[in-house]
Amino acid sequence: MVAKSCTHICGESSPGIGEAGKTGEWRTSRPVIDPGKCIPAKRGKPSCFICWLYCPEALISKTIPVQIDLEYCKGCGICMYVCPAQAISMVNEGEFCSEQDGLNRS
Amino acid sequence: MINKKLDRKADIQILDGNHAAALGAKLSRVQVIAAYPITPQSPVTESLSEFVEGGDLHAEYIAVESEHSAMAVCTSASLVGARTFTATSSHGLAYMHEMLHWVAGTRLPVVLACVNRAIGAPWNVQNDQQDSISQRDTGWIQIYARNNQEILDSVIQAYKIAESVYVPVMVCYDGYILSHTEMPVDVPSQGDVDRFLPPYKPHAILDPANPRNYNLVTLANPRVNADGILCHGYMEIRYLLQEALQKSRETIINVGQEFGKLFARSYANMFWEDRLDDAEIVIVAMGSLAMEATVAVDMLREEGHRVGVLSLRVFRPFPKDYLIEALSKARLIVVFDKNISYGSEGATCSEIKSALYGNRINAVIRNFIVGLGGRDVKAREIADAVRKSLPSLEEGGPNIEYPEWICHM
Repeated sequence: MVAKSCTHICGESSPGIGEAGKTGEWRTSRPVIDPGKCIPAKRGKPSCFICWLYCPEALISKTIPVQIDLEYCKGCGICMYVCPAQAISMVNEGEFCSEQDGLNRS
Repeated sequence: MINKKLDRKADIQILDGNHAAALGAKLSRVQVIAAYPITPQSPVTESLSEFVEGGDLHAEYIAVESEHSAMAVCTSASLVGARTFTATSSHGLAYMHEMLHWVAGTRLPVVLACVNRAIGAPWNVQNDQQDSISQRDTGWIQIYARNNQEILDSVIQAYKIAESVYVPVMVCYDGYILSHTEMPVDVPSQGDVDRFLPPYKPHAILDPANPRNYNLVTLANPRVNADGILCHGYMEIRYLLQEALQKSRETIINVGQEFGKLFARSYANMFWEDRLDDAEIVIVAMGSLAMEATVAVDMLREEGHRVGVLSLRVFRPFPKDYLIEALSKARLIVVFDKNISYGSEGATCSEIKSALYGNRINAVIRNFIVGLGGRDVKAREIADAVRKSLPSLEEGGPNIEYPEWICHM
């Protein structure tokens, strides 16, 4: 909800989540984790988390299962490249859009 | 009329324009100076570094490797709350171009002394106004001085204007003609300048205790930030800059009036008028050229022509509506430009034409390009150009599309 309007006279913001807008809208392909390959998910205990370490936007959780915040994920694909188990694949965003919502770009 | 409360007493010093500018900055108690020497501005940087080195001015003098860096340092210094000054000329100003946009866009009240010099090619170190005119659209207020007194007074006023409306100000004066020519300048006392100019209050400030981002990627549309506040998009920020410049006209006049009350030299208008009351022919000029034009008016008045001078003091914001009354009786306007927008005409000529549109002033306008690269402009030549323009007053007289040049072509 919009609480109050802006009084800034130049481009100004405070460091915080979402200050650059919903950057997830920029994404053309989405990281998808295969829990059958992901090391922490397979072992059921905290381990690996290399994707969490490398995500430049700090959007990957250090949890079981590992989760990616798609609201802000720009789809850079670094997590896919660094995953030692090849558990992450980049899937075209078009695959997730329905015909009705008019957003199908595939 | 001198206000008795002031400790002002006549302190007339013989100063060249560069020292007047440096003294104006010193009296304004600038806190950070970042500048790179360039002809003919160098003595400004030399004077200021001497003031700092000698302990007469408590400021950081930051020697930089380029004008681009100079303005980058000014941006940062202004953003942490310091009153900031720089000076440059010609290619230096051109090199600053990118940062001029950043300073205006961030609404930082930096003051820059631009010592007007021609720009290459071909190489030239002498005067014209092409350098600052080429920075017309960067969002800076531009003030032009006619003499060294106006340089000193304008630098002091520039801080008051800039820090009121949060728009940077460029104080422009002609290279050599003013920068290296000595003339008497009434130098106000530090106490009186302090009474006129309060300390700088920034609109935004970088502070480790309250982390902020400035000028991060700002998308076209407004967006809700992390605190739930709907923040401006790029276009809204740019609108606010235009609005600030539009509104700054009143501030410029008020500050000029206030300065006049304190120092007995009023700057209550954005242009100067000389014998316009009965003038049907108006010469328009900017900077020291306007002083030369008053001599031309003396000559032409002796011949019986009703001529006056309108001297532009503030070029940005352009005083459109404010000019109308002064030009309402004009039948012929002769505009002299020490600059040109190639393929069109002199910049001040375009502005005058634009200001007159829709105001039922049907004056003929002639434009002369003069004094480029330091070419001397004699009063006689200005008078000749006016005489040459007189046939335009007659029915069916010539309407000339492009400017005429006073040169050997």
